[in-house]
Amino acid sequence: MRLAVRMLGRDWRAGELRVLALALVVAVASVTSVTFVADRIWNAMVRDAHQLLGGDVSLQADQPWPREFAEEIARRGLARAESVNLASMAQANGQSLLAGVKAVTDSYPLRGRLRSAPGLNQPDAPAPRGPARGTVWLDERLTSALGVVPGERVKLGNVQFPVAAVLTLEPDRGANFFNIAPRLMMNKDDLPATGLIQIGSRVTYQLLAAGERKDVDEFSAWAKQRLGRGQRLESLENARPEVRNTIDRAQSFLGLTALLAAVLAGVAIALGTRRFVERHLDGCAVMRCLGASQSRLLALYGTEFLLLGLGACAAGCAVGYAAHALIVQWIAGILQVQLPPASPLPALQGYLVGLVLLLGFSLPPLIQLKNVPAVRVMRRESGAPRGGALAAYAAGFASLAGLLVWQAGNVKLGAIVVGGFATAVVVFVAAGWLALRAAASGAVARALGARSMAVRLGLASLRRHSRSNAVQVASLALGLTAILLLSITRADLIGAWRRAAPPDAPNRFMLNIQPDQIAPLGEFFASNGIPMPDLYPMIRGRLTAVNGKPVSEQDYVDERARRLVEREFNLSYSAGPPPHNRVSAGRWFDAQSKGAAEISIEEGLGKTLGLKLGDAVTFNIAGEPYSARITSLRGLKWDSMKVNFFVIGQPWALERYPTSWITSFRLAPQHEPLINRLAARFPNLTIVDVGAALKQLQAVLDQVIVAVQFVFLFALAAGLLVLYAALVATEDERRREAAVMRAFGASSAQIAGAQRTEFAAMGLVAGLLATVGALAISAVLARRVFELDLPANGWLWIAGPLAGLALLSLNAWLSSRKVLRMSPALTLRDTG
Amino acid sequence: MPLEVKALLAARGVGKVVKSGASDLVILRDIDLAVMPGEAVAIVGASGSGKSTLLALLAGLDVPSKGSVTLDGEDLFALDEDARAALRGRAVGFVFQSFQLLPALDALENVMLPLELAGRRDAESAAKQMLERVGLGERLHHYPKHLSGGEQQRVALARAFVVEPKLLLADEPTGSLDETSGEAVIGLMFELNRERGTTLVMVTHDEQLAARCGRIIRLVGGRVESSDGRAVA
Ligand SMILES: Nc1ncnc2c1ncn2[C@@H]1O[C@H](COP(=O)(O)OP(=O)(O)OP(=O)(O)O)[C@@H](O)[C@H]1O
Ligand SMILES: [Mg+2]
Repeated sequence: MRLAVRMLGRDWRAGELRVLALALVVAVASVTSVTFVADRIWNAMVRDAHQLLGGDVSLQADQPWPREFAEEIARRGLARAESVNLASMAQANGQSLLAGVKAVTDSYPLRGRLRSAPGLNQPDAPAPRGPARGTVWLDERLTSALGVVPGERVKLGNVQFPVAAVLTLEPDRGANFFNIAPRLMMNKDDLPATGLIQIGSRVTYQLLAAGERKDVDEFSAWAKQRLGRGQRLESLENARPEVRNTIDRAQSFLGLTALLAAVLAGVAIALGTRRFVERHLDGCAVMRCLGASQSRLLALYGTEFLLLGLGACAAGCAVGYAAHALIVQWIAGILQVQLPPASPLPALQGYLVGLVLLLGFSLPPLIQLKNVPAVRVMRRESGAPRGGALAAYAAGFASLAGLLVWQAGNVKLGAIVVGGFATAVVVFVAAGWLALRAAASGAVARALGARSMAVRLGLASLRRHSRSNAVQVASLALGLTAILLLSITRADLIGAWRRAAPPDAPNRFMLNIQPDQIAPLGEFFASNGIPMPDLYPMIRGRLTAVNGKPVSEQDYVDERARRLVEREFNLSYSAGPPPHNRVSAGRWFDAQSKGAAEISIEEGLGKTLGLKLGDAVTFNIAGEPYSARITSLRGLKWDSMKVNFFVIGQPWALERYPTSWITSFRLAPQHEPLINRLAARFPNLTIVDVGAALKQLQAVLDQVIVAVQFVFLFALAAGLLVLYAALVATEDERRREAAVMRAFGASSAQIAGAQRTEFAAMGLVAGLLATVGALAISAVLARRVFELDLPANGWLWIAGPLAGLALLSLNAWLSSRKVLRMSPALTLRDTG
Repeated sequence: MPLEVKALLAARGVGKVVKSGASDLVILRDIDLAVMPGEAVAIVGASGSGKSTLLALLAGLDVPSKGSVTLDGEDLFALDEDARAALRGRAVGFVFQSFQLLPALDALENVMLPLELAGRRDAESAAKQMLERVGLGERLHHYPKHLSGGEQQRVALARAFVVEPKLLLADEPTGSLDETSGEAVIGLMFELNRERGTTLVMVTHDEQLAARCGRIIRLVGGRVESSDGRAVA
């Protein structure tokens, strides 16, 4: 033990263990920082995203909620808020307008903040609670449409209320923005006096709860079992899929990055240990001479590595903790959330990953060390026996894979990364070997420069070392793959991600446009210098049968499916597919063919309702049945804020039904006043401001991207370590050979040229392999995990191989300088 | 035989054959020899005559194709590899042509290594004393690559003698040194040998050097051609 400690100190001083230790630190730091972030911020961010619901869970019903629900919320120590939503005319200044009335308790909202301003176009500020008793708040649209200023009165039902403020942000407004009239918010206690609630009035009663995640989950489970007719429970998952998507993707990305860093570190550790073993073979043989037994040697080096591992893992945990603190500070500044304290669990997980990495990837070569024959001290050529290492590596890799998949909590992602890596290793070694053999073949040598001594020497060396070079090329390719992969996935994925909700996404929806209003609307837009947005026809229909079998909500267990069936669908018609949709299965129908009607449905809808290509579906539209066969599925992005439809049919089949038109467009801030004029000109139009929802989404996205980029640095560091470890792996041998060549009179130029030739070939091959690998993996990831479309990446075919070439050329230059500066005698002595 | 009882090191009918391609290559045939405690023996012969191979077999570093070796009363090849290592640690010191110092360790640590492996608590002080004895008291913390060949070989001598072995095996200890430093190393080796009453078996092709040993065993083509001084078995 004491000897092991001393050996650790000696090997450390000699610099033998630095790559190893660094790789461990990087792996552990990346895993722990991600886990720490997930552990703390993630929960807070999910909680934050809940502000889009107003609480952690929202219960909605068309009747007042029975007392037992409120009591259960209190019993579980959760916070509670209530709101009542209905539509009513609001009157002021002799005008009356349909307003979406929301009556709230003082505790509303439980998540997120209301914001209000003292008057129109004045700066707003967060408000601790909603309107006080006896007052109302109007949103900007209603304020300007009614022409009231705060202090003036608005009549609602039987009561006149003074306007206390302009409502500028309502956190849960984004949800269900269809059919939303301008907002009037009031105190719930004032509601009975207005007399607005009569038998038969359409009212939604909302009950919000929030608190510790566990309590919320338990309450949700409790409530779900007691939901009756007309009652439903909304959580983030089913209410705001676009936010959920963003968070899921970010989590996947973080998980992926941490996984990559860990696996790469494993490769660096394996390479580093191999070099360590090669450099210690002589020493071990000497120790065998001096009386050390095999088990003694194994114990000695095992202890040394274990000590190193314990230290490096501790350092990794510390770095991971520091990194997470940075990320947290960064994001929490924007989030303005209270974070729970860090738990020690992530550190423990990181530690475990680190030790498994070290044992899995360094034990196999270390075992060879103990088998070194003592006679090596007399005959250097009797090296370490090989074999058996492959099985040991496989075991190490498998245990690591299991650990990582468990740690990432995402089997699919883990399987893709780990499986992809294992495949890449095998393919890279084989392809590298073949390619190098081909490059070093006589034909190439003749073509390239039979006259150049340096080129011939380089190619000969390539042939001589084809096995160890193949391993080196494969390692280099792995490191490069990771770096290319991270730069593509990072840039492209984040780009695709941002594009899904671009800053110039539409911020207004306009619904309920009547056919005879299309022309005047066009004139209105033209006269104000705004291009007329695309209008889409919209027909309401209820799904009644699939393949001739009647459907009802009882046929479905899935909550979303039940709601879809219960609700009216928005159908549309179009000759061609919308430009922002992608036909993912089947073929777009022929608009002209007047045979049996055909439709295209959104693929998510198909999944939810179990509809397939070829199914015949029947809708009830305005009392008439409309049947059509599904001939294509469409993929689309709901977070694009563009107008999208679940169901699109042929124009000829749907035109005859009562149709209104819908559009979305982007309104620049300076055009805001236009909305009021538009509303005045076309009073029946519903204009919905989705800007706020969009802004929230964008903010969540931006925070998430910062976190993702930070963790990316770890994986990059691991990739660089692999490159470094691969480059130094054969350095000793090359230096010795170069020294021998010099001793026999080769000129500096010849040696440098030979090295350049050899390295250039290896760099090209490694770069090419890495390009193929990175493109393949990123394509799979984009498709399977992130569900985004990646743009084609032609430039990578040039950049990848060039990067490999440049890297190895630089290395050739550096290493030949090292060799050439030292006298051959010194080099020979140095390298034994 | 009483002779064998007294011998510190004895080889009987030792042969070594290695496979080289399709045919077998015989390196050593039927070697018999015995070395008495306190004796100094030189093994000489042309390059490729099998001197180093024989030395490796005498130390139990390699396994013979036939025959047996007895070292300090133990039949080497009846022991397993680890027990042989333990025996070496206890009774044998080595000096090699290529020094075989560990490059990652400084002079002191190299000399401490066998003591540490034997679990000796006084490793550091014993190693220091030994290095002072070979005249390197000032160079304790220098690494092998910063020492001259002669100095490296002196460190190797210190490492060999520090465990007070009964037997010192040396394979061309001056093979990599120039005449002057070779001379110094050899002088030192014989001195230490005398001081500690160590038994010495040395491989060399330097006849002058061999002449300083009490006995010379001459190998030709893997056979003992002659053994002057006392006769062998
Ligand atoms: N493991 C082996 N495989 C093949 N040949 C071997 C092996 N060990 C030794 N030889 C050969 O056996 C012969 C004797 O080798 P050895 O090293 O014992 O010679 P040596 O007398 O020490 O020579 P030198 O004076 O050059 O050191 C040589 O021809 C050598 O090539
Ligand atoms: Mg020899």
